[in-house]
Amino acid sequence: MEFLILIIVAIMLASAVAVLLLKDFLAALAAFSVVSLGLSVLFVILRAPDVAMTEAAIGAGLSSLLFALAIRRLGLWRTNDAGPEE
Amino acid sequence: MRRFTSALFLIGLGLLIVAIYQQLGLQASSNIGQAINTVAADQLGAANFVTAVVLGYRGLDTLVELTILFTAATAGALVLGTRKPSTKRDPDAGFILQTGADLLFPLLLIVGLYIIMHGHLTPGGGFQGGVILASAFFLPILARPGSSIDHHWVSFIEGLAGASFIYIGLLVMFDGKAFLSPVAGNGVFGELFSAGTLPLLYAAVGLKVGAELAGLLANLSDTEAVD
Repeated sequence: MEFLILIIVAIMLASAVAVLLLKDFLAALAAFSVVSLGLSVLFVILRAPDVAMTEAAIGAGLSSLLFALAIRRLGLWRTNDAGPEE
Repeated sequence: MRRFTSALFLIGLGLLIVAIYQQLGLQASSNIGQAINTVAADQLGAANFVTAVVLGYRGLDTLVELTILFTAATAGALVLGTRKPSTKRDPDAGFILQTGADLLFPLLLIVGLYIIMHGHLTPGGGFQGGVILASAFFLPILARPGSSIDHHWVSFIEGLAGASFIYIGLLVMFDGKAFLSPVAGNGVFGELFSAGTLPLLYAAVGLKVGAELAGLLANLSDTEAVD
């Protein structure tokens, strides 16, 4: 069980760093929601299903949606260009 | 410079994780809340002790939490939710998203209502079910951006649910108890209609959260995108 927890923590750390390094806002948003998803799995393992449901629904689902809508509102949503601008 | 900052951040996080690992040994402590576990079943009759804490022992905190959510949703809609009438709407989504939204809508509705209604028995409750309800009502807007939800109905449901939460708390005071303290009449432990007023309070919370977040999402998606 500890092995599984360590794997999840490593994934969460990697995606948290990816949020900082990625230039594409949507990709950073996806990495951000991976952090929340890993955290909710961690809550299930630590026997807190209530908190896990809240984290999965609000952290991974709703806040990502809100961020996506804010990115669209601010005009930073670029899906079909050639790549990240320098 | 940025690489260096990231590396520093990573080292700090790693040290933090190691410190937590040393302190806790990654074992779920089982003696936290032992006192609540022994008394909550008899006092409130809720099979889910988290609900007993959230609504029974700390009902006022939940009310303040709802107020915070309301303020945040209002501020978000106020800052971002304006729309010029001249802007074009996005075209409807493709066949797959439309069909998927139609298929998922009743499923999400049932799951959300189930989680709200069984909040005092199983993990979950008003906040989680409310978010699922909000996403259920947002999916059709995602598939057809031209359509929108009726904001009068949304604010009516939201106000009604918020007011009924407070009214249930006030009604208890006629019995000479404190505001929002749970009413006796626990019923049979573990059945759907048990635990006194807790399911009613959670239904109010779920409807309020669902209506609020659905309204906020619809508002935000209704705004025009900057090109």
